[in-house]
Amino acid sequence: MRTDNAFRNDARAKVTGRATYADDVSFAGMLHAVPVYSEYISAKDLHIDATAALASPGCVRVITAADVPGSAVFGQIEKDYPMLVADRIRSWGDVCAIVVADTREAAKAAAALVSITATAMKPVLTIDEALEPGAPVVSSWGDSNIVTHHRLRHGDPEPLFAGCELILEEDFTTQAIEHAYMEPEAAVCVPRSDGVVEIYGSMQHPFSTRRFTAALLGEPLSNVEVYTIAVGGGFGGKDDNAAAVCARTALAARLTGRPVKMRYDREWSMRETYKRHPYRLHYKVGVSSEGKVLAVKTTMQADSGAYLSVTPWVTWRSTAQCFGPYSIDNIHADVYGIATNNIFTGAMRGFGAPQVNFAVEQLMDMIGHKLKIHPLGLRRINMVKQDSVTVTGQKMTGHTVSLEDVMNQVVHEIGYRKKYENCSFGKSETDELYGIGLAISYRGASLGAEGMDFCSCIINGQYDGSILLETGIHENGQGSESTMVLVLAEELGVDLKRIRYRRSSTSAIPDSGTTVATRGTIMGGSSVVIAAKQYKELLQKHLAERLRCKPEEVTFHDDKIWGLNFAYSLTWEEAMRELFLQRITPYAFGTFQAPPVSWDDTNGQGDAYFTFVYSCQAVELSVNKKTGKVTMLNIVAGHDIGKAINKAMLLGQMYGGVVQGMGMALMEDFVRQDGKSTTLNFDKYLIPRITDVPEMTGIIVENHDPNSLTGAKGIGEPALELIAPAIANAVYNATGVRYKDMPIRIRPEDLA
Amino acid sequence: MNTININGTDFDVKDEELELTLLDYLRERRFLTGTKNGCEKGLCGSCTVAIDDKALRACKTPVKKAVGTKVVTIEGMEGKGGTLHPLQKAFMDAGAIQCGFCTPGMVMSSYALLVRDPAPSRDAIRKALRGNLCRCTGYQQIVDAVELAAKVIREQAVSARPGCEE
Repeated sequence: MRTDNAFRNDARAKVTGRATYADDVSFAGMLHAVPVYSEYISAKDLHIDATAALASPGCVRVITAADVPGSAVFGQIEKDYPMLVADRIRSWGDVCAIVVADTREAAKAAAALVSITATAMKPVLTIDEALEPGAPVVSSWGDSNIVTHHRLRHGDPEPLFAGCELILEEDFTTQAIEHAYMEPEAAVCVPRSDGVVEIYGSMQHPFSTRRFTAALLGEPLSNVEVYTIAVGGGFGGKDDNAAAVCARTALAARLTGRPVKMRYDREWSMRETYKRHPYRLHYKVGVSSEGKVLAVKTTMQADSGAYLSVTPWVTWRSTAQCFGPYSIDNIHADVYGIATNNIFTGAMRGFGAPQVNFAVEQLMDMIGHKLKIHPLGLRRINMVKQDSVTVTGQKMTGHTVSLEDVMNQVVHEIGYRKKYENCSFGKSETDELYGIGLAISYRGASLGAEGMDFCSCIINGQYDGSILLETGIHENGQGSESTMVLVLAEELGVDLKRIRYRRSSTSAIPDSGTTVATRGTIMGGSSVVIAAKQYKELLQKHLAERLRCKPEEVTFHDDKIWGLNFAYSLTWEEAMRELFLQRITPYAFGTFQAPPVSWDDTNGQGDAYFTFVYSCQAVELSVNKKTGKVTMLNIVAGHDIGKAINKAMLLGQMYGGVVQGMGMALMEDFVRQDGKSTTLNFDKYLIPRITDVPEMTGIIVENHDPNSLTGAKGIGEPALELIAPAIANAVYNATGVRYKDMPIRIRPEDLA
Repeated sequence: MNTININGTDFDVKDEELELTLLDYLRERRFLTGTKNGCEKGLCGSCTVAIDDKALRACKTPVKKAVGTKVVTIEGMEGKGGTLHPLQKAFMDAGAIQCGFCTPGMVMSSYALLVRDPAPSRDAIRKALRGNLCRCTGYQQIVDAVELAAKVIREQAVSARPGCEE
C-alpha cells in the first residue's frame, strides 16, 4: 500500500486537541517538580542549603545528588552527564537540585529559595582555550580536552599538491543550534503498586530513557516502564536530556511515593539541553586543471561542551562523509571533539553532516569559479557514481547510485542553467541582487558502523479480524506509526482501518534502539515486512485446507485471504475464527538486522553504511544591497529515498528539513557568551516564520533499495543537511561575497 | 457574576481564577488541554484561541480580560457528533500535521482569518499565521490546508444558499 493522500493514524487526535502530550497527563494526588540551576559555569565544593525552600508553602521535598539511590551520572557513551550534580559544576545548564511541591507555582517559589554556593573555577570557554597547554581538563574521565579523534587515511594527498593546477585553503565555522521543538520537555511518573515506575515523557528514545532512569534509581530495567505518548517534535534533541528529565521525575516519584509531573519552561529547555555541535573546519584541496579533485587534507574541531553525549558518533559521521558525495582517491581527515565548559552538544537532525556540507559544497563552487568550470560540471566530474569508491574505501554497489540523476532533475525543475546566467554577482540596476545556488549530498542511511542496528515488530491478530501492530520505532511527530501501518497493510493486503498501531512501552517490545539517524522507515519498515512474512506463513499453513489449496498457494489481497485461482476465500473475521478453533495464536514477532557494515578506526576505512540517500537542493534568493536582507524566492529539493510510502508526509519531511536548514544558514544562533546564554526563548532565538519561507517544490526520486525490505530508505536528515551551502552559494552568486561562517550575516558594507 | 463562554457553554469564573492566564485557566481548570503551552511569553502561538472570533494568545490573556467574551478553543471546532470543521479536515487532508503541537494554534489563527477573509491569498494566509511557529512542516502544507478549507467553506456557503439545491 502506498498513498498519495495524507495518511496519519494520529491526525484526528491532533486536529481536535485530543492528542495527549506529557503535560496533558494528570493523576490524582500528583505533585509538581522543577529543576534548580546555579549561576556557576565551572565550580567545585558544591553546597546546597534547602532550609528556606523546605519552609516555603507547599514544598514537599528538595532532592539533591545525596538522595540518589543509584548513579547520578550517566551517558550513552561515557557515563559523565550528571542528572544531579554532586560536587563539581561543569556548565551553566547543570541541574543541582529538584524541588517537589503541591503545585508548580509552589515548586517554582521554593526553587528560588534554594541556596547554592560553590568555589568558582576558571572555565574553558572556547576550543582555543581548551587546547592551550595547561588548560583545565573539563571532563571527569579524560586527561585532555580532546575527547575524541577520528582519523581517515585514504591514499596519500601530501605529495600530490605540488602537481595541482589549483590549491585552495579555506576555513569555515558553524554555530550552535537549538532544536527548538515546539513542545518543551515534560514528564509524568507514577510509582505503581507492583514496584514499577511508569513514565509518560516527551522523549524520542524510550529505551535510553529507561536506562537513564534505572541508573538513577539503582533499579533493574524491568522496574521502569516507559510509555509512548504524543511527542511535540524531537529532531535528535529529545534523547539523553529528555531521558534525564524523565529520570529525575521518576526519582521524585520514587522518593515521595506519589505521581510527579515535571514540565520545563522554554528557558530551562534552552538552557539545559544539548545543541548542534559548532564546528571549525579547515580544508586544503588540490585540483587538476580539468577540475578533478586530486588531494584533500582536512581538520575539523567540534565543540563538545561539558559532557560527551554522542560527540564520538557525530564526529564519526563527519569523518565518514568528510568530503561530501565525492570520490577522492587521496584524502586525509582528522576530526576532533573538544570539551569546553559550554552547554554541551549532542544529537541533532543532520548529525555532523550539515557542518561538513556547508564547507564542501561551497568549496566546489569556489573551485568552479577559480577554474572557470561550471559548478554543475565540476560536481559531475567528482561525484560518486555506480561502483565508485568513497573516501572510506567503500565501493558504491548493491543499490542504485543516482546522485547525478537527482541533480539533473533538480537542475531541470528550477531552471538552474538559464537562471545561473542571470545572477548579479554584486552588480544590479536595482537594490535587489539575484542569485541561484545549489548543493548535493549523499547520506549513509541509518546508524552505519556507528552502532548495533536492529529493530523488532509484533503483529497480533485479533479474534474479530482486527490487527494490532507495534514496532520498536518511536513516533516523534514524523509519522513513523503511519508508515508502519501502510507497510503492513500492503504486506497483508488489508484495509488500513483493520490495523491499529499499538503505542508500545519498553516492557512490551524488545529494545530496538533509538529513532534517529534516518532509520525509522528503513529499519522499522523492514521489521514489519519480516514479521508480516512470518505471519502470512502461519496463516497459509493453517488456512490452506479450508481454502482447498497448498499453503504456498494462499494469497492475501483485497482485504481477504484467497485460495488458488480465487475459487475460495475467507474474510479476516472467518480466518481468525478458524485459527481460534485450531487453537493457533495469530501472532508474529520479527526482527530486522541491518546488513553488515565495517570500520577500521585506525585509518577510517570500511563499508561505513549499507546504503545511501542521494540529494540535491537548489534555491533562488535576492539580497537587498542597502540592508543585506535575504529574501528567499524559491526552493527545489530532490531526494532519492528508495520508495515513497506516504507521499504527503515525505514531502512534509522535505519541506520541514529544508526550513530548519534555512534557519541554520540565515538566522539561528544559540549564543554562548561566557558559558551562559541570552537566547533562551523565541524572542532572541529566531527560527523561520511562515513569512520567511518561500514556496517549495519536492522531487521524489525512487530507486527501490534492495537493502531495505520495503525498498524505502529515509528522508529525516537528508532533507536538512544541504540547503545551507546551497543558500551560501546563492548568496555568493548574488553578491560576489563568500560567507564561510554560519549564520550568514550580510552587512550592507560588504556589498559596497 | 463573571462569566466566560467557552465553546458554547457559559462558565462562572471564581474570583481567584480571575488572576490566572487564560491558558492556565483552560488547561488546569477546564481541562481543555488541546491549547498548548510552548513558551509562555506570547512568542510561539501554540496557545492561540479565538476570542470573539479574533485570534489571541491565551498565555498573554488574563482571565479577567476574557470575562464576558466568547472563547473558542480547538476542542470547540469539532461539531456535534464528531463532525470536523473544514479547517480540521483540510489540515488532515493536506498533510499539514506532523508533531501536532502547533496544530491547535494554527487552526485557531486560521479560523480567525477565515472569519474576516473567506478567500485569502496564500500571502494573506502567511501574514495571518506569522505569529504561529512550527518546527516540523516548513509551513507549506499548512498554507495548502488553509487554502483548501477556505474553498470548502465557500462552496458549502454557496450550496447552502436558497435555490442552490440540486
